[in-house]
Amino acid sequence: MIRFENVTKVYPRGTRPALDDVSMEIERGQFVFLVGPSGSGKSTVLRLVIREEPTTSGSVLVAGHDLGLLAPRKVPRLRRQIGTVFQDFRLLPNKTVAQNVAFALQVLGKPTKLIRTLVPETLELVGLEGKGRRMPHELSGGEQQRVAIARAVVNHPAVLLADEPTGNLDPATSLDIVRLLARINATGTTVLMATHDNVIVDEFRRRVIELDNGKIVRDEAEGSYIPKEVVTPVPAPELDPDDLWSPPDETDWADEVVRGEG
Amino acid sequence: MGVRFLLGDVWVGLRRNLSMAVSVVLVTMVSLYLLGLGLLAQRQADAMKGYWYDRVQVSIFLCSNGTRQANCGGMPVTEDQKATIKAQLEEMKPLVKQVFFESEQEAFDRFSEQFKNTPLVGNIKPGVIPSSYRVQLSDPTRYEVVASAFQNAPGVASVQDQEKVLKKFFTVINYVTLFAVIVAALMVLCATLLMATTIRQAAFTRRREIGIMRLVGASNFAIRTPFIVEVVVAALAGAALAVGMLWATVHFIYAKYLTTIVLNEALISATDVWAIAPYLAGGVVALAVVTSTVTLWRYLRV
Repeated sequence: MIRFENVTKVYPRGTRPALDDVSMEIERGQFVFLVGPSGSGKSTVLRLVIREEPTTSGSVLVAGHDLGLLAPRKVPRLRRQIGTVFQDFRLLPNKTVAQNVAFALQVLGKPTKLIRTLVPETLELVGLEGKGRRMPHELSGGEQQRVAIARAVVNHPAVLLADEPTGNLDPATSLDIVRLLARINATGTTVLMATHDNVIVDEFRRRVIELDNGKIVRDEAEGSYIPKEVVTPVPAPELDPDDLWSPPDETDWADEVVRGEG
Repeated sequence: MGVRFLLGDVWVGLRRNLSMAVSVVLVTMVSLYLLGLGLLAQRQADAMKGYWYDRVQVSIFLCSNGTRQANCGGMPVTEDQKATIKAQLEEMKPLVKQVFFESEQEAFDRFSEQFKNTPLVGNIKPGVIPSSYRVQLSDPTRYEVVASAFQNAPGVASVQDQEKVLKKFFTVINYVTLFAVIVAALMVLCATLLMATTIRQAAFTRRREIGIMRLVGASNFAIRTPFIVEVVVAALAGAALAVGMLWATVHFIYAKYLTTIVLNEALISATDVWAIAPYLAGGVVALAVVTSTVTLWRYLRV
């Protein structure tokens, strides 16, 4: 479904490549966690898949299309097959929940009749039945992310990309959101989720692709957030003494470990 | 993208950006009004040219008793001289289209008729205005040919061409037109810049929507059309107001106050406003589309 062939991406003002000779293949219907510290290239992978950016070298193939050969005017058609969800939800604050979801269909020129069936159907799928008339600011973070997911999948895309979808949510809500993504994945949608959340990765045990400094350092089926072999040897005393004054954020701490080993 | 959704988007955009939309309407209105005035002035000049050139005459005034011109030597024109002049004029066809003779009495009558309600009439007696050959030319611009042939001919007091007078009038009209068009061009430039700014502002206001539209794969057409339609609607509203103002100018001011002075058929009317209206509207729509497309292309990477 998504294939990277020796992909290198250097941003115009970047000193080092954001992605460095990355090759991977994600098959149709897979659920993949993309992990790695900040700046490791996770978001770049997602940006390349929706062709927000061109590659510097190598090729990205999505649903059989080489994105490097895709004419700019065909990019919208590619994006219609891909749903995207972000950490910051990106809802339109002046539209209701239902209008936010409907917007994705309206701008594609879908008939009103179809929109009237698809929107409530999708809201029900994400567990927001009866909340179509609420405004985004009246919803909790988890509910807002559900609206964003509904908008991403309402057009039945083949691929769902999620860039830190739980980054702004508490742990329990985060689990609910990923469960929802897993349910969507079960209907056949390929899901690629970039995340920092070790609890979730360890809980769901799906394929894990780990990036560090723009390179794939691990690709594991049913993987955990931290490579199995380094889970045990991480010694507590390695922490910086300064950090002991305020217990470090779990995620950041985990990042340090991964970077140290990577 | 559905038409209803598109129009809804345009409406929301115009309402949200109301002050900018109003300024586009007003600036477009003023610039098109000035441009329209320029065009109407030109049409007026053309109408007058057509009217006057049909009637423009070279007058060959003949010597009479009181003529002081040296060429006459104080003597009135003789019948022989008149016949010679007449024959010469006949030879100059087809440049000379028509010749008619106006006697002193006829000249006096015409003068009395033209100025019947003015005190001038009392001061003029038959014989003061000399008799003349009125020559109508097929090509009024070639007046010199006739003038040089009869200037200083025996029995000719003077040769006068009405075109010379008209030329001055047309020069004035041309300057007025030029001025109106230059000011209009500046205003059109203002309108263009304002449209570009409006688009940029609108694109900024709706950057979230645009971001999501791009993300879900809306076509460039779907993303850009609302902006373009918005500017076109504002520009068309400005054009409609401008045409209305031009019509009011012609109907209430021009036609009302000028008909009594000049002949009616030489004047432009509301018909002329309707004649230029499609060009004004078409021009402004083209301008709006081009400006907004270029602006969007530069500021809205899709």
